Amino acid sequence: MRVEFTKKMKEEYTIIAPDIFPTHMELFEAAFRLYGFNMVAVHYDGKKVIDTGLKYLHNDVCYPAICSLGQQLYALSCGDFDPEKSALIMFQTGGGCRASNYIMLLRKALKNMGMENVPVISVSFTGLEKNSGFKITPAMALTALRCLIYGDMLLLLKNQTLPYEINKGDTRRVVDKWVKEISAQFARKEGLTSRSMKKNLAAMAKDFHDIPREKKDLIKVGIVGEIYVKYAALGNNGLEDFLLSQGCEYMIPGTLGFFQYCFANMEKDHEYYGGGIGALLGGRLAGRISEKWEEAILEALEPYPEFVPPVSFDKVKELADRVIDRGVKMGEGWLLPGETAELIEKGYSNVICAQPFGCLPNHIVGKGTIHRLRELYPNANIFPVDYDAGASKVNQENRIKLMLAIAREQEGRQ
Amino acid sequence: MKKLGIDVGSTTLKCAVMDESGALIFARYLRHLSKIDECLKDMLGQVLSEYPGESFELAISGSAGMGLAESMGLPFVQEVYAERVAVKRLAPDTDVVIELGGEDAKILFLTGGFEMRMNGTCAGGTGAFIDQMAALMQVPTEEMDSLAARHEKLYTIASRCGVFAKSDVQPLLNQGARKEDIAVSIFYAVVNQTIAGLAQGREIKGNILYLGGPLTYIPQLRAAFDDVLGAKGACPENSLYYVAMGAAWAGSAEPIDVPQLLDKLANRGSGKGYTSCTPLFTSEEEYAAFCERHRKASEGIREVYEPADEMYLGIDAGSTTVKLVLADREGNVFRPLYTPNNGNPVPIVRSYLQQLYSDCPDIKILGSAVTGYGEEIIRNAFRVGTGVVETVAHYTAAKKFCPDVDFILDIGGQDIKCFQIRGGAIDSIYLNEACSSGCGSFLQTFAGALGYSSAEFARLGLYAKKPVDLGSRCTVFMNSSVKQAQKDGAAVEDIAAGLSISVVKNALYKVIRCASAESLGKNIVVQGGTFLNDSVLRAFEQEIGANVIRPAFAPLMGAYGAALYAMDHGASDAKEALLGPKELSDFTHKVTTATCHGCGNNCSLTINDFGGGRRFIAGNRCDRPVKGDNIKEHYDLYKYKQQLLGELMSDIQDPQKKTIGIPMGLNNYELLPFWHAFFKELGFNVMVSPFSTRRIYLSGQHTIPSDTACYPAKLMHGHLEYLLQQQPDAIFYPNMSYNTEEGLGVNHFNCPVVAYYPQLLKLNTADFKGIAFIDDFMSLADKKQFTGRISKILPGYFPELKKGQIKAAADKAYSALAGYFEKVRAKADEFMKIAEEKDMPVIVLAGRPYHVDPEINHGIDTLICRLGAVVITEDSLSSRIAPFAVDVRNQWTYHARLYAAAKYIAQLPKTSRINLVQLVSFGCGVDAITTDEVRSILESAGKLYTQIKIDEISNMGAITIRLRSLFSAAKDKEKSA
Repeated sequence: MRVEFTKKMKEEYTIIAPDIFPTHMELFEAAFRLYGFNMVAVHYDGKKVIDTGLKYLHNDVCYPAICSLGQQLYALSCGDFDPEKSALIMFQTGGGCRASNYIMLLRKALKNMGMENVPVISVSFTGLEKNSGFKITPAMALTALRCLIYGDMLLLLKNQTLPYEINKGDTRRVVDKWVKEISAQFARKEGLTSRSMKKNLAAMAKDFHDIPREKKDLIKVGIVGEIYVKYAALGNNGLEDFLLSQGCEYMIPGTLGFFQYCFANMEKDHEYYGGGIGALLGGRLAGRISEKWEEAILEALEPYPEFVPPVSFDKVKELADRVIDRGVKMGEGWLLPGETAELIEKGYSNVICAQPFGCLPNHIVGKGTIHRLRELYPNANIFPVDYDAGASKVNQENRIKLMLAIAREQEGRQ
Repeated sequence: MKKLGIDVGSTTLKCAVMDESGALIFARYLRHLSKIDECLKDMLGQVLSEYPGESFELAISGSAGMGLAESMGLPFVQEVYAERVAVKRLAPDTDVVIELGGEDAKILFLTGGFEMRMNGTCAGGTGAFIDQMAALMQVPTEEMDSLAARHEKLYTIASRCGVFAKSDVQPLLNQGARKEDIAVSIFYAVVNQTIAGLAQGREIKGNILYLGGPLTYIPQLRAAFDDVLGAKGACPENSLYYVAMGAAWAGSAEPIDVPQLLDKLANRGSGKGYTSCTPLFTSEEEYAAFCERHRKASEGIREVYEPADEMYLGIDAGSTTVKLVLADREGNVFRPLYTPNNGNPVPIVRSYLQQLYSDCPDIKILGSAVTGYGEEIIRNAFRVGTGVVETVAHYTAAKKFCPDVDFILDIGGQDIKCFQIRGGAIDSIYLNEACSSGCGSFLQTFAGALGYSSAEFARLGLYAKKPVDLGSRCTVFMNSSVKQAQKDGAAVEDIAAGLSISVVKNALYKVIRCASAESLGKNIVVQGGTFLNDSVLRAFEQEIGANVIRPAFAPLMGAYGAALYAMDHGASDAKEALLGPKELSDFTHKVTTATCHGCGNNCSLTINDFGGGRRFIAGNRCDRPVKGDNIKEHYDLYKYKQQLLGELMSDIQDPQKKTIGIPMGLNNYELLPFWHAFFKELGFNVMVSPFSTRRIYLSGQHTIPSDTACYPAKLMHGHLEYLLQQQPDAIFYPNMSYNTEEGLGVNHFNCPVVAYYPQLLKLNTADFKGIAFIDDFMSLADKKQFTGRISKILPGYFPELKKGQIKAAADKAYSALAGYFEKVRAKADEFMKIAEEKDMPVIVLAGRPYHVDPEINHGIDTLICRLGAVVITEDSLSSRIAPFAVDVRNQWTYHARLYAAAKYIAQLPKTSRINLVQLVSFGCGVDAITTDEVRSILESAGKLYTQIKIDEISNMGAITIRLRSLFSAAKDKEKSA
């Protein structure tokens, strides 16, 4: 029997979340606090996490599961959290890839650990599992989406400032300042309206703009891939730090795109497979809202042309259409080649496609689309890199060095 | 100024000096055995003595050069890039470069859109792979070329990674195939691996340049490339030094002289450090106590030096070694022998027996039994009394040392076998899959690569202070991890200990996948040659946190068990006695090869002739070449499905009609009846590509973008290629996120690969030759919705089609599919009834519809029938089960059937003779979920679970062991029930 997360637990329990997005998780913590949940995103890293994952999960399961579920299971087994007073949380899209099974894998692992009483909360659009103590209200969903916007904005500004900062540490300081600021606002029930969000975004852009930067010609690298390994340092062996050490500026498209992609798929499903009108309308509505917010980011960036803004989601769709049919909707689906095209068109034509070894959707949307992308963009320098518990960092970095050598040569030629 | 380029590869170090004109004036290479610093010092010394007092512009390159350059503060040039710089300068007309190195394979496309490819994480080594194979064949690598030159025939050897190939080569060796033929087959495997892994949709043509060690030194390998590519490539002068030269040209550095370099080398930090594990032993006393404890475990069973009145012979012809032993009535051991099989166990057994008869002319051998890979050949050659399944042999032996044993782990040369004992019978069996065979031969290979014998290597690690943590992956990954650890300053001792620990982790977490030591059992016996290594034994005890029993004769347990088994069963079973001294002196062994033309499989046969009318034929998939047409009838639902589908695949084409081509693979293995009826009704010819063959696979190999996808998916490229050659009017292969809805789960998805492979084919096929490729998205789950959608799609391709026509065709199609299912289910009923009447065991060979393809299942269905069972499918049972809750998200239609079939078996009474065997295609990510669930459904009801992993090539020897173990365990269960 599934252990429900009850109302009583809401008051007493700590909800443990994995560290999946770089700057977003602390914002999520603040947002959850606002609705009475004590959620903690755990940042454990290194071998102990991977080992915990390998020990309690099927070794052939996706690497993101080994990492992120491994973090949660490690939290319970290392003594930092009381298994009697903890719950785990996991987001699910309910799509056709095996990632939909993460919740079940967690439960199986807990059973193996003798901790089957730890409740596992599944968060999904469809709300398949009911928990009396955990209900997502529309207001809460909106706040969560706002966290994505704030986090994406910080990510974008950070990535374009950090490689150029003159005083080491400036960028990090501003990021930290804003994470604290937004969290504090949430605690005061502020920063939750579109108006205050716009204000915050504008102030963020200004703060980063004010960081003293030097003009340097860096190699521009785009990162796309499976949603976990492309963002999480634990999943990609510290890819961002490595790129910085190699003299690159990198861009990773924001997390909002993934959610917009999920909404857009509801529409496409209706076209291809029929079904109720509810999902279609819901998808459209969510799409509209996120579109508005996307505009908020663009508006905030407008006064500072030195920052390359994200493209609209409609544009990503259009770019994806040139590569692949948007019916391909499992895993990152058509979004992955769409974002690759976006990055190339923005001048980030050296693209690393970060994927877990043996990732099923990535056979199609990762490696499977490179041929076509090269036809469309003959100068694109696209490199798939596999991540896995057994893959060696040396090999990954060597591959990336090859990409960078070609990039340098191409730039020399221009 | 002169330029100096240093290329530190995975196995060798190369150094090139060029003068001001760019001419190569100094070129040397060394095998560095991972002692990079020492070798570089040596190399620089040579440069110094040649050019004293000179400064150089220098750059370092190579897969192991990155860390070195970093720590010495010298410029690094990525090796593929360096190579390209050199090729542009030295051979500017080149279109494609193929370079094989110690562990790397690279292809550079220089013209027509420049691209560079190098092998990813899975493709494995190439030079190192040839070395490994040579070691396996017990020939020096240098001889491989001359062997290959004398080849007569070619075997198919898996072209994925070295570990796979190994499990193909070993059985060939055991069956007595000629080394000449194996050598050339290994080269072709390298060629196929390079092309499949790296070409990724681009054809290799034009001026081809071969670079790197293996291609420089092995002309036969170049010939194999030439043959497969249909071109003549060139291997230029200095082909070993392109990377070193290119690095020197590409790097722009401050001039530096050799003494400065040596200084930098001496002062470089020993790396960043590495993650380590607990030391195995911290003191000699600790080790002594450990040894004493293990010595005691075998008290009571002695080795004797004179035969008793009654002796029993046990032989274990394993994958890399042969074990022989005689036992007396008390179980004492006489004349144990443990020796490498040198690829052929026959002469070893023969000389053992000859020696035995001459030393003990009066010996009475009352019974004999043989087990292991070479069971069949040895049994036939020497008329051994009985054959016994390895698992049973091992259990019999372990019981002698520990009557209550409930868990046995045997790590041998190439296999890991683990089994749990419940109620005195073998319960769960775990065998390592082809991908994780990091075991005995793995340690041996590493010991050799680092310049030690296995025994030295085992001792080396005992007192290592900081054993390297190498994880639990397969050999190929391990090579890179070891490299990295060395770079990070690990000593050989730490690596030796680390490898032992990784072997243990591999067994525990990859093969057994245990969550805790308690789940293994209370009384654990470990055996097999690998456990003679005290480091491995200690690592195992540390990892599970408990003491275990290692019998003194750990590597002999298979043979010992066989001898004990012969004691119990042999005498009565044996119709004829073991070869006597007289027959042994007349013994001959001649091997010939032939191709069987009994059916379309065209199996490659190896015929062993031992004189005196004793023959042994290997390589056959059925009994026809052995027993003629006089074989028993098989009740095989896989064959029945093939027959039903085959009827739809051989239509006569009417030239008046348009033709639709359908690639026969993945979901079309189920939907063919649907589409066939649909398009027939619409007035089309339906042209279906044939059942897969190796040739079909190879014909599409060059368009595969992701080599780690499953074999069933990769076959689709060949099917598309086939259809394109036949020139139908259109090829129909729709994308389907959803499958048919059977109401068993919470959703009815296809897996991502089945769902979108049509898109992948479309994106990666360069030329459709003007043939329409209809790959629209649709679903069959809702008939009305489908009819509406297809009515919109099809007129876009065939405007003449009318809505009403399409609707009628859809009606026909749905009833054709239902009819097909009905037939399959009715046949299953019939077979199960026959099984009951004839008291035959039934195996539910559970997989996916496409596992019916003979090229995918490798004839496992036939093998099961030959072992005397009836074969049915998972989809013939799944409809008998009402939806039920499972512990996973039950969202894929095909996979829901697996759970239902397992449930059906779980509900049967204990006496039932129906068991399930799950077929899993390598690389199937979804099966990481399903296998555990199917296992738990079966095991929670006390039923057996057996899994067989299959890929391009499968190790039928291992599969046979598995199946025989299953039948033997099932028999035990029936008895106890």
